[in-house]
Amino acid sequence: MATVSTSGQSHDMGLHTEKLTNRTQQRFFDAGESANFTYAWAPEVDTNKVGTLDCEGMDPTAINIRIRELMDEGCGTINLSNPGSMHALCVGILNRLQLNVTGSLGYFGCGLIDGPNVNISGRVGWSCGENMMAGTIVIEKNAGSTFGAAIRGGDLVCRGDVGSRTGIDQKGGTIIVGGKTGAFTGFMMQRGRMIILGDAGMNLGDSMYDGTIYVGGKIEGLGVDAIPADLNDLDRKWLKSKLDLYGMETPNGIDNMQKIVAGKQLWNYDNLEPSEKKLVL
Amino acid sequence: MCGIAGLIHKKAGGANIGKEMTDMLQALKHRGPDSTGYALYGSPISNYIVRINLAEQADTKKGFDVANQLQSRSDQVDARMVELGAKVSKKENQTSYALRYELSFDGDLKNLIDYVEDIEGVEVMSCGNGLELIKDLGDAAVVSAQYDINSFQGSHAIGHTRMATESDVDIRSAHPYWAYPFADVSVVHNGQLTNYWTNRRALERLGNRFNSNCDSELIAVYIANRISDGDDLETAMRRSIEDLDGVFTYLVATSDSLGMAKDVMAAKPMVIYESDDFIALASEEVSIRSIFDHEIDTFDPYEGEVRVWQL
Repeated sequence: MATVSTSGQSHDMGLHTEKLTNRTQQRFFDAGESANFTYAWAPEVDTNKVGTLDCEGMDPTAINIRIRELMDEGCGTINLSNPGSMHALCVGILNRLQLNVTGSLGYFGCGLIDGPNVNISGRVGWSCGENMMAGTIVIEKNAGSTFGAAIRGGDLVCRGDVGSRTGIDQKGGTIIVGGKTGAFTGFMMQRGRMIILGDAGMNLGDSMYDGTIYVGGKIEGLGVDAIPADLNDLDRKWLKSKLDLYGMETPNGIDNMQKIVAGKQLWNYDNLEPSEKKLVL
Repeated sequence: MCGIAGLIHKKAGGANIGKEMTDMLQALKHRGPDSTGYALYGSPISNYIVRINLAEQADTKKGFDVANQLQSRSDQVDARMVELGAKVSKKENQTSYALRYELSFDGDLKNLIDYVEDIEGVEVMSCGNGLELIKDLGDAAVVSAQYDINSFQGSHAIGHTRMATESDVDIRSAHPYWAYPFADVSVVHNGQLTNYWTNRRALERLGNRFNSNCDSELIAVYIANRISDGDDLETAMRRSIEDLDGVFTYLVATSDSLGMAKDVMAAKPMVIYESDDFIALASEEVSIRSIFDHEIDTFDPYEGEVRVWQL
Protein backbone atom coordinates (compact mmCIF):
# COMPACT_ATOMS: atom_id res chain seq x y z
CA MET A 1 0.00 0.00 0.00
CA ALA A 2 1.32 3.41 -0.92
CA THR A 3 1.80 5.62 2.09
CA VAL A 4 2.30 9.33 2.47
CA SER A 5 5.30 9.44 4.70
CA THR A 6 7.22 12.60 3.97
CA SER A 7 6.47 15.91 5.57
CA GLY A 8 6.47 17.59 2.12
CA GLN A 9 3.55 15.55 0.85
CA SER A 10 1.51 15.96 3.97
CA HIS A 11 2.10 19.71 3.87
CA ASP A 12 0.86 19.69 0.26
CA MET A 13 -2.34 18.06 1.46
CA GLY A 14 -2.85 20.76 4.04
CA LEU A 15 -2.25 18.47 6.98
CA HIS A 16 0.69 20.25 8.57
CA THR A 17 0.44 23.90 7.76
CA GLU A 18 0.86 25.11 11.30
CA LYS A 19 4.05 26.96 12.21
CA LEU A 20 5.05 25.83 15.65
CA THR A 21 7.21 28.07 17.77
CA ASN A 22 8.75 28.35 21.22
CA ARG A 23 8.78 25.13 23.23
CA THR A 24 6.38 23.23 20.97
CA GLN A 25 7.91 20.23 19.22
CA GLN A 26 6.63 18.41 16.19
CA ARG A 27 7.54 14.85 15.34
CA PHE A 28 6.27 13.56 12.03
CA PHE A 29 4.67 10.18 12.03
CA ASP A 30 6.58 7.42 10.27
CA ALA A 31 4.01 5.14 8.65
CA GLY A 32 6.55 2.37 8.01
CA GLU A 33 7.75 2.34 11.59
CA SER A 34 4.17 2.15 12.80
CA ALA A 35 3.24 -0.69 10.46
CA ASN A 36 6.07 -2.86 11.77
CA PHE A 37 5.64 -2.02 15.41
CA THR A 38 4.91 -4.74 17.93
CA TYR A 39 5.02 -4.69 21.68
CA ALA A 40 7.96 -6.64 23.13
CA TRP A 41 5.66 -8.69 25.33
CA ALA A 42 3.08 -9.41 22.62
CA PRO A 43 2.50 -13.15 22.08
CA GLU A 44 3.80 -14.79 18.90
CA VAL A 45 0.82 -15.63 16.73
CA ASP A 46 0.40 -17.48 13.45
CA THR A 47 -2.34 -16.17 11.15
CA ASN A 48 -2.84 -19.70 9.81
CA LYS A 49 -3.74 -20.96 13.26
CA VAL A 50 -7.46 -20.28 13.63
CA GLY A 51 -9.29 -20.05 16.94
CA THR A 52 -13.07 -19.94 17.33
CA LEU A 53 -15.07 -18.27 20.04
CA ASP A 54 -18.85 -18.63 20.44
CA CYS A 55 -20.01 -15.82 22.78
CA GLU A 56 -23.40 -17.39 23.53
CA GLY A 57 -23.92 -17.32 27.28
CA MET A 58 -20.64 -15.53 28.02
CA ASP A 59 -20.23 -12.08 29.58
CA PRO A 60 -18.03 -9.38 27.97
CA THR A 61 -15.17 -9.81 30.46
CA ALA A 62 -14.99 -13.55 29.84
CA ILE A 63 -15.05 -12.98 26.06
CA ASN A 64 -12.20 -10.46 26.18
CA ILE A 65 -10.15 -12.77 28.40
CA ARG A 66 -10.79 -15.71 26.05
CA ILE A 67 -9.51 -13.63 23.07
CA ARG A 68 -6.26 -13.10 24.98
CA GLU A 69 -6.01 -16.78 25.87
CA LEU A 70 -6.42 -17.73 22.20
CA MET A 71 -3.66 -15.28 21.22
CA ASP A 72 -1.43 -16.75 23.95
CA GLU A 73 -2.09 -20.15 22.38
CA GLY A 74 -0.70 -18.77 19.10
CA CYS A 75 -3.95 -18.11 17.22
CA GLY A 76 -3.39 -15.32 14.69
CA THR A 77 -6.95 -15.59 13.38
CA ILE A 78 -10.01 -15.69 15.61
CA ASN A 79 -13.55 -16.21 14.37
CA LEU A 80 -15.96 -14.79 16.93
CA SER A 81 -19.69 -15.52 16.72
CA ASN A 82 -22.89 -14.57 18.59
CA PRO A 83 -21.64 -11.32 20.14
CA GLY A 84 -25.30 -10.39 20.76
CA SER A 85 -24.68 -6.60 20.59
CA MET A 86 -22.89 -6.75 23.94
CA HIS A 87 -20.87 -3.74 25.03
CA ALA A 88 -17.09 -3.41 25.32
CA LEU A 89 -16.19 -6.50 23.28
CA CYS A 90 -12.83 -7.00 21.53
CA VAL A 91 -11.24 -4.10 23.43
CA GLY A 92 -7.60 -3.46 24.30
CA ILE A 93 -6.09 -5.87 21.75
CA LEU A 94 -2.46 -4.73 21.37
CA ASN A 95 -1.29 -7.42 19.01
CA ARG A 96 -1.30 -8.56 15.41
CA LEU A 97 -4.53 -10.47 14.92
CA GLN A 98 -7.12 -11.17 12.24
CA LEU A 99 -10.43 -11.01 14.11
CA ASN A 100 -13.60 -11.92 12.22
CA VAL A 101 -16.81 -11.05 14.06
CA THR A 102 -20.07 -12.57 12.84
CA GLY A 103 -22.80 -10.39 14.30
CA SER A 104 -23.13 -6.97 15.89
CA LEU A 105 -21.30 -5.23 18.72
CA GLY A 106 -22.74 -2.80 21.28
CA TYR A 107 -21.04 0.27 22.74
CA PHE A 108 -17.23 0.72 22.83
CA GLY A 109 -16.55 -2.23 20.51
CA CYS A 110 -12.86 -2.63 19.54
CA GLY A 111 -11.86 0.34 21.69
CA LEU A 112 -8.23 0.95 22.68
CA ILE A 113 -6.79 -1.43 20.10
CA ASP A 114 -3.32 -1.24 18.60
CA GLY A 115 -2.67 -3.51 15.66
CA PRO A 116 -5.44 -6.03 14.89
CA ASN A 117 -7.44 -6.23 11.68
CA VAL A 118 -11.12 -6.62 12.54
CA ASN A 119 -14.04 -7.45 10.25
CA ILE A 120 -17.55 -7.10 11.66
CA SER A 121 -20.43 -8.54 9.65
CA GLY A 122 -23.16 -6.64 11.55
CA ARG A 123 -23.38 -3.18 13.03
CA VAL A 124 -21.68 -1.44 15.95
CA GLY A 125 -23.06 0.78 18.70
CA TRP A 126 -21.67 4.05 20.03
CA SER A 127 -17.92 4.76 20.23
CA CYS A 128 -16.61 1.95 18.06
CA GLY A 129 -12.81 1.99 17.79
CA GLU A 130 -12.44 4.72 20.40
CA ASN A 131 -8.77 5.60 20.97
CA MET A 132 -7.63 3.10 18.35
CA MET A 133 -3.87 3.37 17.69
CA ALA A 134 -3.30 1.14 14.66
CA GLY A 135 -4.88 -1.67 12.64
CA THR A 136 -8.10 -1.75 10.67
CA ILE A 137 -11.76 -2.18 11.57
CA VAL A 138 -14.26 -2.79 8.75
CA ILE A 139 -17.98 -2.77 9.61
CA GLU A 140 -20.36 -4.09 6.98
CA LYS A 141 -23.55 -2.40 8.28
CA ASN A 142 -24.32 0.77 10.26
CA ALA A 143 -22.57 2.35 13.21
CA GLY A 144 -23.73 4.49 16.14
CA SER A 145 -22.59 7.92 17.26
CA THR A 146 -19.05 9.02 18.25
CA PHE A 147 -17.70 6.54 15.73
CA GLY A 148 -13.89 6.54 15.99
CA ALA A 149 -13.75 9.04 18.84
CA ALA A 150 -10.17 10.22 19.44
CA ILE A 151 -8.54 7.65 17.16
CA ARG A 152 -4.82 8.13 16.70
CA GLY A 153 -4.09 5.80 13.82
CA GLY A 154 -5.30 2.95 11.64
CA ASP A 155 -8.27 2.71 9.31
CA LEU A 156 -11.83 2.64 10.64
CA VAL A 157 -14.34 1.79 7.92
CA CYS A 158 -18.13 1.63 8.07
CA ARG A 159 -19.89 0.64 4.87
CA GLY A 160 -23.30 1.87 6.11
CA ASP A 161 -24.54 5.01 7.85
CA VAL A 162 -23.14 6.36 11.12
CA GLY A 163 -24.61 8.57 13.85
CA SER A 164 -23.49 11.98 15.07
CA ARG A 165 -20.09 13.30 16.24
CA THR A 166 -18.18 10.87 14.03
CA GLY A 167 -14.44 11.25 14.60
CA ILE A 168 -14.86 13.63 17.52
CA ASP A 169 -11.39 14.61 18.74
CA GLN A 170 -9.72 12.56 15.99
CA LYS A 171 -5.95 12.75 16.33
CA GLY A 172 -4.80 10.63 13.40
CA GLY A 173 -5.65 7.70 11.17
CA THR A 174 -8.47 7.48 8.66
CA ILE A 175 -12.21 7.15 9.11
CA ILE A 176 -14.24 6.07 6.07
CA VAL A 177 -18.04 6.12 6.03
CA GLY A 178 -19.85 4.55 3.09
CA GLY A 179 -23.18 6.25 3.81
CA LYS A 180 -24.40 9.26 5.76
CA THR A 181 -23.00 10.80 8.91
CA GLY A 182 -24.79 12.92 11.52
CA ALA A 183 -24.26 16.32 13.12
CA PHE A 184 -20.93 17.55 14.48
CA THR A 185 -18.87 15.12 12.44
CA GLY A 186 -15.18 15.91 12.98
CA PHE A 187 -15.95 18.00 16.06
CA MET A 188 -12.63 19.26 17.54
CA MET A 189 -10.71 17.11 15.07
CA GLN A 190 -6.98 17.59 15.49
CA ARG A 191 -5.34 15.49 12.81
CA GLY A 192 -6.03 12.63 10.44
CA ARG A 193 -8.42 12.23 7.55
CA MET A 194 -12.04 11.39 7.18
CA ILE A 195 -13.89 10.28 4.04
CA ILE A 196 -17.68 10.54 4.04
CA LEU A 197 -19.14 9.11 0.82
CA GLY A 198 -22.73 10.11 1.59
CA ASP A 199 -24.22 13.23 3.14
CA ALA A 200 -22.92 14.99 6.23
CA GLY A 201 -25.14 16.58 8.92
CA MET A 202 -25.02 20.08 10.32
CA ASN A 203 -21.92 21.63 11.89
CA LEU A 204 -19.44 19.51 9.97
CA GLY A 205 -15.90 20.01 11.30
CA ASP A 206 -17.03 22.29 14.11
CA SER A 207 -14.04 23.72 15.98
CA MET A 208 -11.59 21.50 14.13
CA TYR A 209 -7.95 22.34 14.79
CA ASP A 210 -6.50 20.48 11.85
CA GLY A 211 -7.03 17.42 9.67
CA THR A 212 -9.03 16.97 6.49
CA ILE A 213 -12.60 15.84 5.81
CA TYR A 214 -13.64 14.71 2.33
CA VAL A 215 -17.37 14.53 1.60
CA GLY A 216 -18.95 12.85 -1.43
CA GLY A 217 -22.57 13.88 -0.78
CA LYS A 218 -24.28 17.01 0.48
CA ILE A 219 -23.12 18.97 3.49
CA GLU A 220 -25.98 20.31 5.59
CA GLY A 221 -23.77 22.96 7.15
CA LEU A 222 -20.21 23.69 8.21
CA GLY A 223 -19.31 24.27 11.84
CA VAL A 224 -17.33 27.12 13.32
CA ASP A 225 -13.87 27.45 11.74
CA ALA A 226 -14.39 24.71 9.14
CA ILE A 227 -13.79 25.93 5.59
CA PRO A 228 -13.84 24.41 2.09
CA ALA A 229 -10.53 23.85 0.31
CA ASP A 230 -9.59 22.77 -3.22
CA LEU A 231 -8.83 19.15 -3.99
CA ASN A 232 -5.32 18.69 -5.37
CA ASP A 233 -3.78 15.80 -7.27
CA LEU A 234 -2.34 14.26 -4.15
CA ASP A 235 -5.78 14.27 -2.52
CA ARG A 236 -7.28 12.52 -5.55
CA LYS A 237 -4.51 9.94 -5.62
CA TRP A 238 -4.78 9.24 -1.93
CA LEU A 239 -8.59 9.03 -2.03
CA LYS A 240 -8.50 6.60 -4.95
CA SER A 241 -5.93 4.34 -3.28
CA LYS A 242 -7.78 4.37 0.02
CA LEU A 243 -11.21 3.67 -1.49
CA ASP A 244 -9.82 0.99 -3.81
CA LEU A 245 -8.28 -0.71 -0.79
CA TYR A 246 -11.75 -1.26 0.70
CA GLY A 247 -13.62 -1.68 -2.59
CA MET A 248 -15.64 1.48 -2.09
CA GLU A 249 -16.80 4.12 -4.55
CA THR A 250 -17.98 7.65 -4.15
CA PRO A 251 -21.35 8.21 -5.88
CA ASN A 252 -20.36 11.36 -7.80
CA GLY A 253 -16.73 10.56 -8.50
CA ILE A 254 -13.62 11.61 -6.63
CA ASP A 255 -13.30 14.86 -8.62
CA ASN A 256 -16.61 16.05 -7.19
CA MET A 257 -15.76 15.39 -3.57
CA GLN A 258 -15.66 18.37 -1.26
CA LYS A 259 -12.63 18.96 0.94
CA ILE A 260 -13.05 20.61 4.34
CA VAL A 261 -10.16 21.84 6.45
CA ALA A 262 -9.68 24.02 9.52
CA GLY A 263 -9.80 27.76 8.97
CA LYS A 264 -7.43 28.05 11.94
CA GLN A 265 -8.94 31.31 13.03
CA LEU A 266 -9.39 29.61 16.38
CA TRP A 267 -5.86 28.27 16.34
CA ASN A 268 -3.93 29.40 19.43
CA TYR A 269 -7.30 30.43 20.74
CA ASP A 270 -5.93 31.08 24.21
CA ASN A 271 -3.67 33.84 22.93
CA LEU A 272 -6.63 35.88 21.80
CA GLU A 273 -8.09 38.70 23.82
CA PRO A 274 -11.78 38.23 24.73
CA SER A 275 -12.79 40.91 22.23
CA GLU A 276 -10.81 39.13 19.51
CA LYS A 277 -12.47 35.79 20.29
CA LYS A 278 -15.84 37.35 19.48
CA LEU A 279 -14.53 38.52 16.12
CA VAL A 280 -13.22 35.05 15.33
CA LEU A 281 -16.42 33.29 16.30
CA MET B 1 -28.62 8.10 32.22
CA CYS B 2 -31.97 6.24 31.86
CA GLY B 3 -32.99 3.70 29.25
CA ILE B 4 -36.08 3.86 27.05
CA ALA B 5 -37.68 1.26 24.83
CA GLY B 6 -40.70 0.92 22.60
CA LEU B 7 -42.29 -1.71 20.40
CA ILE B 8 -45.24 -1.89 18.06
CA HIS B 9 -46.86 -4.97 16.51
CA LYS B 10 -48.74 -4.06 13.36
CA LYS B 11 -50.35 -7.43 12.74
CA ALA B 12 -53.85 -7.95 14.12
CA GLY B 13 -54.14 -9.72 17.46
CA GLY B 14 -50.96 -8.25 18.92
CA ALA B 15 -48.51 -10.28 20.96
CA ASN B 16 -47.19 -10.88 24.44
CA ILE B 17 -45.88 -7.33 24.78
CA GLY B 18 -45.63 -7.59 28.55
CA LYS B 19 -42.91 -10.24 28.35
CA GLU B 20 -41.19 -8.54 25.42
CA MET B 21 -41.04 -5.17 27.16
CA THR B 22 -39.84 -6.75 30.41
CA ASP B 23 -36.98 -8.44 28.53
CA MET B 24 -36.09 -5.18 26.75
CA LEU B 25 -36.11 -3.16 29.97
CA GLN B 26 -34.18 -5.76 31.94
CA ALA B 27 -31.46 -5.59 29.27
CA LEU B 28 -31.29 -1.83 29.93
CA LYS B 29 -31.03 -2.19 33.70
CA HIS B 30 -27.45 -0.88 33.67
CA ARG B 31 -28.78 2.45 32.37
CA GLY B 32 -30.94 2.94 35.46
CA PRO B 33 -31.94 0.58 38.26
CA ASP B 34 -33.95 3.05 40.39
CA SER B 35 -37.40 2.48 38.93
CA THR B 36 -39.05 0.81 35.97
CA GLY B 37 -42.19 1.82 34.14
CA TYR B 38 -44.45 0.46 31.43
CA ALA B 39 -47.15 1.94 29.23
CA LEU B 40 -48.81 -1.13 27.73
CA TYR B 41 -51.61 -0.90 25.18
CA GLY B 42 -54.06 -3.78 25.13
CA SER B 43 -57.24 -4.20 23.11
CA PRO B 44 -59.33 -1.08 23.72
CA ILE B 45 -62.45 -1.55 25.82
CA SER B 46 -65.54 0.66 25.98
CA ASN B 47 -64.91 1.53 29.63
CA TYR B 48 -62.08 3.66 30.96
CA ILE B 49 -59.11 2.00 32.64
CA VAL B 50 -57.93 4.25 35.46
CA ARG B 51 -54.80 3.53 37.48
CA ILE B 52 -54.46 5.24 40.82
CA ASN B 53 -51.70 5.34 43.41
CA LEU B 54 -52.79 5.96 47.00
CA ALA B 55 -49.30 6.68 48.34
CA GLU B 56 -45.61 6.48 47.55
CA GLN B 57 -44.17 3.00 48.13
CA ALA B 58 -41.81 4.33 50.84
CA ASP B 59 -44.71 5.91 52.76
CA THR B 60 -46.46 2.55 53.05
CA LYS B 61 -43.53 1.08 54.99
CA LYS B 62 -43.56 3.52 57.90
CA GLY B 63 -45.87 5.76 59.92
CA PHE B 64 -48.86 5.23 62.13
CA ASP B 65 -51.86 3.19 61.03
CA VAL B 66 -50.75 3.08 57.40
CA ALA B 67 -53.12 0.28 56.37
CA ASN B 68 -56.17 2.15 57.62
CA GLN B 69 -55.01 5.37 55.96
CA LEU B 70 -54.72 3.58 52.62
CA GLN B 71 -58.15 2.00 53.10
CA SER B 72 -59.59 5.41 53.95
CA ARG B 73 -58.12 6.95 50.80
CA SER B 74 -59.41 4.05 48.72
CA ASP B 75 -62.91 4.53 50.17
CA GLN B 76 -62.76 8.25 49.42
CA VAL B 77 -61.76 7.54 45.81
CA ASP B 78 -64.77 5.20 45.45
CA ALA B 79 -67.10 7.73 47.03
CA ARG B 80 -65.95 10.61 44.80
CA MET B 81 -66.29 8.49 41.68
CA VAL B 82 -69.86 7.57 42.61
CA GLU B 83 -70.58 11.21 43.53
CA LEU B 84 -69.67 12.40 40.00
CA GLY B 85 -71.62 9.59 38.34
CA ALA B 86 -68.86 7.15 37.37
CA LYS B 87 -69.99 3.51 37.28
CA VAL B 88 -67.18 1.25 38.50
CA SER B 89 -67.41 -2.20 36.90
CA LYS B 90 -64.11 -3.55 38.24
CA LYS B 91 -61.67 -2.61 40.97
CA GLU B 92 -58.37 -4.37 41.67
CA ASN B 93 -55.77 -3.83 44.37
CA GLN B 94 -52.53 -4.58 42.53
CA THR B 95 -50.45 -3.64 45.57
CA SER B 96 -51.44 -2.08 48.90
CA TYR B 97 -51.09 1.36 47.26
CA ALA B 98 -51.83 0.77 43.54
CA LEU B 99 -55.43 0.48 42.35
CA ARG B 100 -56.82 -0.36 38.93
CA TYR B 101 -60.38 0.61 38.03
CA GLU B 102 -62.55 -0.09 35.04
CA LEU B 103 -65.39 2.38 34.89
CA SER B 104 -67.86 4.05 32.59
CA PHE B 105 -68.27 7.80 32.76
CA ASP B 106 -70.13 10.22 30.50
CA GLY B 107 -69.05 13.49 32.11
CA ASP B 108 -65.92 15.60 31.86
CA LEU B 109 -63.01 13.20 32.49
CA LYS B 110 -60.74 16.02 33.64
CA ASN B 111 -63.22 16.99 36.36
CA LEU B 112 -63.33 13.42 37.62
CA ILE B 113 -59.54 13.12 37.69
CA ASP B 114 -59.10 16.48 39.44
CA TYR B 115 -61.72 15.60 42.05
CA VAL B 116 -60.11 12.22 42.80
CA GLU B 117 -56.61 13.72 42.92
CA ASP B 118 -57.82 16.30 45.42
CA ILE B 119 -57.67 13.52 48.06
CA GLU B 120 -54.39 13.83 49.96
CA GLY B 121 -51.66 11.50 48.66
CA VAL B 122 -53.75 10.21 45.75
CA GLU B 123 -52.39 10.41 42.21
CA VAL B 124 -54.09 9.31 39.01
CA MET B 125 -51.33 7.59 37.06
CA SER B 126 -53.22 7.10 33.82
CA CYS B 127 -56.56 6.95 32.13
CA GLY B 128 -57.54 5.47 28.80
CA ASN B 129 -59.43 2.75 26.99
CA GLY B 130 -56.40 0.56 26.30
CA LEU B 131 -53.52 2.11 28.27
CA GLU B 132 -52.16 0.29 31.32
CA LEU B 133 -49.54 2.55 32.89
CA ILE B 134 -47.53 0.76 35.54
CA LYS B 135 -44.47 2.10 37.33
CA ASP B 136 -42.73 1.26 40.55
CA LEU B 137 -39.34 1.11 42.21
CA GLY B 138 -36.86 -1.59 41.22
CA ASP B 139 -35.79 -3.24 37.98
CA ALA B 140 -38.04 -4.75 35.32
CA ALA B 141 -37.99 -8.24 36.85
CA VAL B 142 -39.20 -6.87 40.19
CA VAL B 143 -41.92 -4.63 38.76
CA SER B 144 -43.19 -7.19 36.25
CA ALA B 145 -43.53 -9.80 38.99
CA GLN B 146 -45.23 -7.31 41.32
CA TYR B 147 -47.87 -6.33 38.73
CA ASP B 148 -48.04 -9.63 36.78
CA ILE B 149 -46.98 -7.99 33.53
CA ASN B 150 -45.33 -10.94 31.77
CA SER B 151 -48.59 -12.36 30.42
CA PHE B 152 -49.96 -9.07 29.07
CA GLN B 153 -51.19 -9.23 25.47
CA GLY B 154 -51.34 -6.07 23.39
CA SER B 155 -50.33 -4.16 20.30
CA HIS B 156 -47.69 -1.65 21.43
CA ALA B 157 -45.80 -0.42 24.46
CA ILE B 158 -43.19 1.98 25.72
CA GLY B 159 -41.01 1.52 28.80
CA HIS B 160 -38.37 3.15 30.91
CA THR B 161 -35.58 2.28 33.32
CA ARG B 162 -34.64 5.25 35.44
CA MET B 163 -31.42 6.54 36.89
CA ALA B 164 -32.60 9.44 39.02
CA THR B 165 -30.51 12.55 38.46
CA GLU B 166 -32.63 15.66 38.89
CA SER B 167 -35.45 14.47 41.13
CA ASP B 168 -36.27 11.90 43.80
CA VAL B 169 -36.34 8.12 43.61
CA ASP B 170 -40.07 7.66 43.97
CA ILE B 171 -43.02 6.49 41.91
CA ARG B 172 -44.27 9.95 40.99
CA SER B 173 -40.88 10.79 39.44
CA ALA B 174 -40.75 7.49 37.55
CA HIS B 175 -41.72 7.23 33.90
CA PRO B 176 -43.86 6.84 31.84
CA TYR B 177 -45.90 9.98 32.31
CA TRP B 178 -49.48 10.13 31.26
CA ALA B 179 -50.32 13.23 29.18
CA TYR B 180 -53.16 14.31 31.52
CA PRO B 181 -56.01 14.66 30.68
CA PHE B 182 -55.79 12.96 27.28
CA ALA B 183 -56.82 9.33 27.32
CA ASP B 184 -54.20 6.80 26.21
CA VAL B 185 -51.26 9.23 25.69
CA SER B 186 -47.99 8.42 27.51
CA VAL B 187 -44.36 9.57 27.38
CA VAL B 188 -40.92 8.20 28.34
CA HIS B 189 -37.77 10.29 28.17
CA ASN B 190 -33.99 9.94 28.34
CA GLY B 191 -32.08 13.17 28.87
CA GLN B 192 -32.18 16.51 30.64
CA LEU B 193 -34.32 19.53 29.82
CA THR B 194 -32.50 22.76 30.58
CA ASN B 195 -35.44 25.14 30.15
CA TYR B 196 -37.72 23.11 32.41
CA TRP B 197 -38.74 25.89 34.80
CA THR B 198 -39.39 28.45 32.06
CA ASN B 199 -41.67 26.03 30.25
CA ARG B 200 -43.25 24.71 33.44
CA ARG B 201 -44.23 28.18 34.64
CA ALA B 202 -45.68 29.01 31.23
CA LEU B 203 -47.67 25.75 31.14
CA GLU B 204 -48.84 26.12 34.74
CA ARG B 205 -50.17 29.57 33.92
CA LEU B 206 -52.28 27.89 31.23
CA GLY B 207 -53.80 25.61 33.88
CA ASN B 208 -51.74 22.46 33.38
CA ARG B 209 -50.95 20.24 36.35
CA PHE B 210 -47.54 18.95 37.41
CA ASN B 211 -47.37 16.12 39.95
CA SER B 212 -43.58 15.89 40.28
CA ASN B 213 -40.39 17.89 39.91
CA CYS B 214 -39.09 15.55 37.22
CA ASP B 215 -38.15 17.38 34.01
CA SER B 216 -39.53 14.53 31.92
CA GLU B 217 -43.06 15.27 33.08
CA LEU B 218 -42.75 18.53 31.16
CA ILE B 219 -42.73 16.62 27.86
CA ALA B 220 -46.01 14.88 28.66
CA VAL B 221 -47.61 18.17 29.71
CA TYR B 222 -46.16 19.96 26.68
CA ILE B 223 -47.51 17.33 24.26
CA ALA B 224 -50.91 17.38 25.99
CA ASN B 225 -51.01 21.17 25.74
CA ARG B 226 -50.13 21.13 22.04
CA ILE B 227 -52.78 18.46 21.31
CA SER B 228 -55.38 20.54 23.17
CA ASP B 229 -54.40 23.47 20.93
CA GLY B 230 -55.21 21.36 17.88
CA ASP B 231 -51.84 19.93 16.88
CA ASP B 232 -51.65 16.31 15.79
CA LEU B 233 -49.03 14.17 17.53
CA GLU B 234 -46.34 14.54 14.88
CA THR B 235 -46.74 18.32 14.67
CA ALA B 236 -46.58 18.61 18.45
CA MET B 237 -43.41 16.51 18.53
CA ARG B 238 -41.75 18.53 15.75
CA ARG B 239 -42.57 21.72 17.60
CA SER B 240 -41.05 20.28 20.79
CA ILE B 241 -37.66 20.03 19.08
CA GLU B 242 -37.70 23.83 18.83
CA ASP B 243 -39.30 24.63 22.17
CA LEU B 244 -37.53 22.20 24.49
CA ASP B 245 -33.91 22.90 25.28
CA GLY B 246 -31.30 20.42 26.45
CA VAL B 247 -30.50 16.89 25.39
CA PHE B 248 -33.32 14.44 24.98
CA THR B 249 -34.67 11.45 23.16
CA TYR B 250 -38.25 10.63 24.02
CA LEU B 251 -41.04 8.28 22.98
CA VAL B 252 -44.77 9.02 22.91
CA ALA B 253 -47.49 6.42 22.56
CA THR B 254 -51.17 6.92 21.82
CA SER B 255 -53.98 4.43 21.29
CA ASP B 256 -52.94 3.82 17.68
CA SER B 257 -49.46 5.25 17.21
CA LEU B 258 -45.94 5.41 18.60
CA GLY B 259 -43.51 8.27 17.99
CA MET B 260 -39.92 9.17 18.77
CA ALA B 261 -38.11 12.52 18.80
CA LYS B 262 -34.44 13.34 19.17
CA ASP B 263 -32.95 16.74 19.97
CA VAL B 264 -30.69 18.65 17.58
CA MET B 265 -27.53 17.77 19.51
CA ALA B 266 -28.31 14.05 19.11
CA ALA B 267 -26.61 13.44 22.43
CA LYS B 268 -28.95 10.72 23.67
CA PRO B 269 -28.99 7.36 21.96
CA MET B 270 -31.68 5.50 20.08
CA VAL B 271 -31.53 2.41 17.88
CA ILE B 272 -34.38 1.36 15.62
CA TYR B 273 -35.31 -2.02 14.17
CA GLU B 274 -38.04 -1.91 11.55
CA SER B 275 -39.79 -4.69 9.64
CA ASP B 276 -43.15 -4.86 7.86
CA ASP B 277 -45.13 -5.91 10.92
CA PHE B 278 -42.91 -5.14 13.89
CA ILE B 279 -40.94 -2.11 15.05
CA ALA B 280 -38.71 -1.99 18.11
CA LEU B 281 -36.63 0.89 19.37
CA ALA B 282 -34.43 1.29 22.40
CA SER B 283 -31.50 3.20 23.85
CA GLU B 284 -29.23 0.27 23.02
CA GLU B 285 -29.35 -2.55 20.49
CA VAL B 286 -28.71 -5.10 23.24
CA SER B 287 -32.25 -4.31 24.46
CA ILE B 288 -33.82 -5.13 21.09
CA ARG B 289 -31.67 -8.23 20.78
CA SER B 290 -33.18 -9.52 24.02
CA ILE B 291 -36.35 -10.40 22.07
CA PHE B 292 -34.59 -11.82 19.01
CA ASP B 293 -32.50 -14.96 18.92
CA HIS B 294 -30.78 -13.90 15.69
CA GLU B 295 -28.86 -10.96 14.26
CA ILE B 296 -30.94 -7.97 13.15
CA ASP B 297 -30.38 -4.86 11.05
CA THR B 298 -30.77 -1.61 12.97
CA PHE B 299 -30.05 2.07 12.48
CA ASP B 300 -29.75 5.27 14.51
CA PRO B 301 -32.12 8.20 13.90
CA TYR B 302 -30.42 11.53 13.30
CA GLU B 303 -30.42 14.88 15.08
CA GLY B 304 -33.73 16.71 15.20
CA GLU B 305 -35.53 13.66 13.81
CA VAL B 306 -39.16 12.84 14.53
CA ARG B 307 -40.75 9.55 13.48
CA VAL B 308 -44.28 8.39 14.07
CA TRP B 309 -45.53 4.87 13.34
CA GLN B 310 -49.22 4.05 13.02
CA LEU B 311 -50.69 0.74 14.07
